[in-house]
Amino acid sequence: MNDTIAAISTTMGVGAISIIRVSGNDSINIVKKIFKGKDLTKVDSHTITYGHIIDNENIIDEVLVSIMRAPKTFTREDVVEINTHGGIAITNKVLELLLLNGCRLAEPGEFTKRAFLNGRIDLIEAEGVMDLINSKTEKSRKLAISQVNGEVSKLIKDLRQKVIEILANIEVNIDYPEYEDIEEMNNSMILTNIDSIEKEIKNILRHSEDSKLIKEGIKTIIIGSPNVGKSSILNRLLNEEKAIVTDIAGTTRDIVEGNVQIDGIVLNMIDTAGIRKTDDVVESIGVKKSLDLINEADLILYVLNNNEELIKEEKEILEKIKDKNHIVIVNKIDLENKLDLNELSNYIQMSVKDNVGIDELRNKIKEMFNLEQIEQNDYTYLSSARSISLLKKSLESLDAVKTGIKNNMPVDMVEIDLKQMWSTLGEIIGETYTDELIDQLFSQFCLGK
Amino acid sequence: MYEIIVVGGGHAGCEASLACARKGHKTLLVTGNIKNIADMPCNPSIGGSAKGIVVREIDALGGEMGRNADKSLLQIKMLNSAKGPAVRALRAQADKITYPKNMIETLNSTPNLEIKEAIVEDLIVEDNKIKGIRLEDGIEIYSDAVILTTGTYLKADILIGDTRTRQGPHGEKPSNHLSEKLKEYGFNIIRLKTGTPQRIEKSSIDYSKTKVEYGDDKNWTFSFDNEIYYDKDKQIPCHLIYTQPETHEIIRENLNKSSMYGGLDDIKGVGPRYCPSIEDKVVRFADKERHQLFLEPESIYYDDIYIQGFSTSMPKDVQERMVHSLPGLENAIINKYAYAIEYDAIDSKQLKQSLETKVIENLFTAGQINGTSGYEEAACQGLIAGINASLKLEGKEPLILKRNEAYIGVLIDDLVTKGIIDPYRLLTSRAEYRLLLRHDNADMRLRNYGYQVGLVDQERYDKFENKKKEIEELTESLKNIKLTPKVETNEYLTSIGLPELKDGISLYNFIKRPEVKLENLTKYIEKEYSNEILEQVEINIKYEGYIKKAVEEANKMVDLDNKKIPEDIDYDKIHNLASEAKQKLNQIRPTSIGQALRISGVNPADISLIMVYIKKEYFYEQR
Repeated sequence: MNDTIAAISTTMGVGAISIIRVSGNDSINIVKKIFKGKDLTKVDSHTITYGHIIDNENIIDEVLVSIMRAPKTFTREDVVEINTHGGIAITNKVLELLLLNGCRLAEPGEFTKRAFLNGRIDLIEAEGVMDLINSKTEKSRKLAISQVNGEVSKLIKDLRQKVIEILANIEVNIDYPEYEDIEEMNNSMILTNIDSIEKEIKNILRHSEDSKLIKEGIKTIIIGSPNVGKSSILNRLLNEEKAIVTDIAGTTRDIVEGNVQIDGIVLNMIDTAGIRKTDDVVESIGVKKSLDLINEADLILYVLNNNEELIKEEKEILEKIKDKNHIVIVNKIDLENKLDLNELSNYIQMSVKDNVGIDELRNKIKEMFNLEQIEQNDYTYLSSARSISLLKKSLESLDAVKTGIKNNMPVDMVEIDLKQMWSTLGEIIGETYTDELIDQLFSQFCLGK
Repeated sequence: MYEIIVVGGGHAGCEASLACARKGHKTLLVTGNIKNIADMPCNPSIGGSAKGIVVREIDALGGEMGRNADKSLLQIKMLNSAKGPAVRALRAQADKITYPKNMIETLNSTPNLEIKEAIVEDLIVEDNKIKGIRLEDGIEIYSDAVILTTGTYLKADILIGDTRTRQGPHGEKPSNHLSEKLKEYGFNIIRLKTGTPQRIEKSSIDYSKTKVEYGDDKNWTFSFDNEIYYDKDKQIPCHLIYTQPETHEIIRENLNKSSMYGGLDDIKGVGPRYCPSIEDKVVRFADKERHQLFLEPESIYYDDIYIQGFSTSMPKDVQERMVHSLPGLENAIINKYAYAIEYDAIDSKQLKQSLETKVIENLFTAGQINGTSGYEEAACQGLIAGINASLKLEGKEPLILKRNEAYIGVLIDDLVTKGIIDPYRLLTSRAEYRLLLRHDNADMRLRNYGYQVGLVDQERYDKFENKKKEIEELTESLKNIKLTPKVETNEYLTSIGLPELKDGISLYNFIKRPEVKLENLTKYIEKEYSNEILEQVEINIKYEGYIKKAVEEANKMVDLDNKKIPEDIDYDKIHNLASEAKQKLNQIRPTSIGQALRISGVNPADISLIMVYIKKEYFYEQR
């Protein structure tokens, strides 16, 4: 708990500058050992110092070092941030020097965990920051910031208020049964009341699923028969958008061939034999392999050849993908049309050679993942798996309420699930059990002896 | 020289002294006025939502209130009977003459128990340990433990309009110095307030303008002894009326004359939210056109009628006009005027879960002195304080009921963990697991504890064991009894309003259906079982899913409650604890992580820090 940790806090290889963050009691002393410039132990807190990182007198890089002393730091510990000139090799070298001089490599999310344990941030902020750290694109960074700002909290708070009003009414019926003036909250009234709540939760969930795609990237495969031009489409996407191509394994178990960014949306191109190797090999893999991939992908780009008639296998695949997110691309429209377009319902015509249809593909993807709408919504949705699963859990409770009502359960049984839902919603924004309900009871109703 | 002295003869004091004496400890009950023992100075009623369940719990543990109420009934009904089993509770009108009379008889016939009439003005304390009490006249009485159950009598002031009179209910003499002494010993003294409505001469009421409210046409008892002392056909009814626009007008016009609204400018007491005065209701809920009032009989031996819902601290002349504006009360004679009462209480956060004070060893407190309100709330604390004072002298661990075991546990945990601002009343809403804390299963939850501490005798315990056995037996047999879609079976089902069967089904599965009642199907069960057994079995089966869920939730809390915080923990050593949290933790000194989490102002981040600290420091030190 008390040791000093370090990690690279920017995405490797992105941008001109990399930041290495160090946190803990010894952070300033450790950095001092590898720094040539002003004495870092003597500079003011929250200032930036220019100098060089050195390894036994050898200059490694020209850097700016931010010194932030506890407690007004992200982790409430002494924090040093080293801004290097990027480049994987140099950044790694600096980190290595820090580790050699007494730092421990931070576990994923450990800075945030410390911030949380030191009482700097609450749980939902912690998740937001966690996402911020992990976010790969500007769009998801905005999303993460929105969560920290508590816009999600407000949405959830509103929902909870609606639930607590129902609860207070039920409670008052139970605790003051002799009060005939107070409306009896019966099952059918509960049903009416939770209807709008259900819609809202589902709405947030839908946006959240979309936002998850933004953050984690859209798992995308390009499939198609040999020689339809899959590789050239991929290469065009990669080249045009100046995408980063790395060999780093993604967050999923898939091997990602490359990340393609389209207006800030990340497409994780799933490595398939068909993409990486020559088209000849794909033939041997056949339809079976394609079907497996179809099931895993968030988005299927299915490429057909304008210059060939549809074959049986291609028709089969069209049938398989019709219920998934997919885009049919008819490539090679610069060649003679032999494909019967009437057999397709929805497609994009493309010629990679003549640079036709790429923009249309991009727009289609944006449209498909509802990205326009997400932007308009100010990013007020949940962006961590924990929050999403809690919201789903509260929806389950809501379903249980409905089932209870359907089974004619008495209102105090039905209320158990309603209360559960209320407390699950509370968990999302980190509000634990308090006297909220009692307070609501007495402010909403007039009671007394 | 006594082992235990109980100061105060109200509902808390009665239970406390009975528990101590029955456990074989030489006990003295000191009260300001013997004839006011077990008095009901406010409502002529016992039970109600949540409170009725507490009375059952008191009975299950071997306390007296349930049995005593059963002997004194004017009327009784089951509340919320149209709702589910979790929220049912008994509410009774109890005779204000009979109830105390029966209780005094019980006290007098209990061995080891003496009663003395005196006012206590100080404690004898040596090295922060209680040694006895000092009376008004300077006489000292020594004991090993003291239980204070002083009710509203600490520096009591009766408030009517612009007059403040230093006296307790019934014009009794209060204790003027005890609360000051308690302050000197280190208690934080808070001032609370409550009120009571007028009593009306019965013959002056025109009942034709009221709505009659009867008791249930079915026999009920609070006690698991199930002894019926009343005739259900001769219950005394209550009557319902409503305030009129004129009533509200009178109140608004005279608002500044009410003690609480400017009549007196030195009000410090905080009144109960759940029990506002009529002027509070009219002011706070201005858009409400009328308020319900119940006319409740106090006794068959005198003619006072209590107006439930009309408590006020208006001057007497305004009270006359207010009462006369009510339907049926136009010519009513007021036998006693309504009043508010201010009194001192201690900060309940200075108590341990056992109700022993943290300030003075072997000193226990129970009832209104702890900031609660209500006869039942007082009685159950008295019982627990009596049990735990005795256990302490016996060198045994205290009896601490968990929030998932009893409303009593909820109440005491709330008191010591959260503290109070206004007088505390139990509500079912205060319990997280009320499906587990039912009226019907109070004995299942608590009889064992009562037996273990020695307040439940062998005969009652055997009866309980037998009940448990029969419940298991019936539950098992229902799995083996099959209903088949035979003509006569379906005819019978149709005759009791149930749909016909298409396939065979076990009785066990059949009664899971909400509309099916086990009492209608007894002809398919060979052995005869009491209604009590049938009810238990039916509830357990019918609500199995919900009960299971509640148990799972409760277990999570129990897990946290079982994570103990070392008694000597130094919160100042935990870096980064929020200062509010640190201050509260130092004050309350929770015994478990679960309890710490329930303190308002202590957030999960603080809990993480505490857990990390305990793990680090204590594991390290032990090694």
